[in-house]
Amino acid sequence: MVKKILKIEQLKTYFYTWAGIVKAVDGVSFEVNEGETLGIVGESGSGKSVTALSIIRIVPSPGKIVEGKIIYKGENLVEKKEKDLQDIRGKEIAYIFQDPATSLNPVFTIANQLVEVILRHQKISKKEALEKAIELFRLVEIPDPEIKIWNYPHQLSGGMKQRMAIARALASQPNLLLADEPTTNLDVTIQAQILKLMKNLKKKLGMSMIFITHDMGVVADIADRITVLYAGRVCETADTKTIFYNPKHPYTQALLTAVPSLILKTEKLAVIPGSIPNLIKPPTGCRFHPRCEYAQKYCAEKIPDLIEIEPGHKVACLRATELNLKSPLGGIKNK
Amino acid sequence: MVGESGCGKTTTARAIISLDLPTSGKINFEGKDIITIFNSNNRTEKLKLRRKIQYVFQNPYASLDPRMTVADIITEPLIIHKLMPKQSCSQRLYELLKLVGLEEYHAERYPHEFSGGQRQRICIARALAVEPTLLIADEPVASLDVSVRAQILNLLRELQQKFNTTFLYISHDLSTVRHICHRVAVMYMGRIVEVAKTEDLFEEPLHPYTKALISSIPIPDPLAKKTRIILSGEVPSPINPPVGCRFETRCTYNKDQNCVKNVPKLVDVGNGHFVACEKTKK
Repeated sequence: MVKKILKIEQLKTYFYTWAGIVKAVDGVSFEVNEGETLGIVGESGSGKSVTALSIIRIVPSPGKIVEGKIIYKGENLVEKKEKDLQDIRGKEIAYIFQDPATSLNPVFTIANQLVEVILRHQKISKKEALEKAIELFRLVEIPDPEIKIWNYPHQLSGGMKQRMAIARALASQPNLLLADEPTTNLDVTIQAQILKLMKNLKKKLGMSMIFITHDMGVVADIADRITVLYAGRVCETADTKTIFYNPKHPYTQALLTAVPSLILKTEKLAVIPGSIPNLIKPPTGCRFHPRCEYAQKYCAEKIPDLIEIEPGHKVACLRATELNLKSPLGGIKNK
Repeated sequence: MVGESGCGKTTTARAIISLDLPTSGKINFEGKDIITIFNSNNRTEKLKLRRKIQYVFQNPYASLDPRMTVADIITEPLIIHKLMPKQSCSQRLYELLKLVGLEEYHAERYPHEFSGGQRQRICIARALAVEPTLLIADEPVASLDVSVRAQILNLLRELQQKFNTTFLYISHDLSTVRHICHRVAVMYMGRIVEVAKTEDLFEEPLHPYTKALISSIPIPDPLAKKTRIILSGEVPSPINPPVGCRFETRCTYNKDQNCVKNVPKLVDVGNGHFVACEKTKK
């Protein structure tokens, strides 16, 4: 039986702004199995990052976790005290932020920042910590680690900074790694390097990973299973092959067809009409209904539940079973 | 024109409209040397040129004046270029709004009231207002959400077919380039390394950098066969670039002294396919 390392149930994180309550995450549920990579896909404003921030409880003010459970190794993180959380952050669950340039402190050397993290969770001497930091640098394949470690962040390129951020996240050998768009700001050739590195490291260290991205190409490459988010809710969760070849939610299908790709040469790109909804006043019923080509009247009235339509394939669409959606990649008949 | 960040795509484009002055070299547009015109004091000639070459910038959040209404933004070029009296602009304004898929009631609104995709539509309308012969689009969809990108890309294609405008489409995203371009130039560290028709470039890339670039694009298909060429190292600093071929430090081919010492020339290998690599020629 597969062990679940993380289970999120009906998570709601709202932001209380002067303009109104932004329901950034509004009832998100998913699980992460031990040793797997779960890809979370969605556009900006879909709640991907807020979900990840909620997991280690660092949602910035005025945001608050309003409801829901985050079960990590049998314990509910939502109810934990801040002091206990500090032992979990970095040690048990580590985070790689989207923009390496702003997640590193510009006035400290890399060595300083790595050693700080190591000493926080491990009872070793400073000298040992420094050796460990250099070892970590070697692990993320930075050339000349003994020299580079004394650099300041601004002396490193974007790719190097992201490697450094990965090294910092791995410092205490976490069980779960949250990677929030770690390659979005990088060039494609560098992105390819980092993705390969992350895949190798995950295998080597036996971690579980949540990989957040908006790029269907990246997620196809790295994830074992995928959860698709839209406007703060889960649309669909399934293994990677199923999401790409047998999507059951119209939004998943739309994402696959609307993205220009090298393998699908189409004359005209399929278009998802409209734009992402305002989360202060989200659409009633299914949040995708105003942009959905299959929407019926009842889609605007009833909120679809996330239902398991086949083992391991969950969909939140009222018409999931009646619609015969086609993936642009061509459906697999015999899986 | 494709290439990674810092390869000089945008600088090239900005040089064309004289936002950055070239150190040396020539830019010919419709048989005339642009740089001499922009450097001269001939205001009418300059204006004429500016009208013919229009630019859509990367970030629609930064390229629209927040204190002007959409109507003012789109009609300003008409007034500057004295294409029509102020009073009769509204007709053309509504025409343009319709063209880019906006409604008439949008005219009196301010940029902050629009989403990113809509703002980019406003930028396109502003550029098209003066009927340019060359439209430079510098990463027009890079800052937009994936679901909105398709809308803008389709719009650009439609507009090109309608007005037969020449586009210089700049992007780091090869998949959108394949979708929208007829010919592609690949840049690396301030030089063009390969030029070819889109199909030829994607089917049969010749330069080792182009090969690596194309193979590193993530394919949205978990079952796709992956034959990735992963380049080692990073782009060297342009302050102190390699002497010969600038790609030599990361090249996957067996390089020799020739690659290190001599700058490869962009050579025609037939069928309009140009490549700047000493190894490829043989």
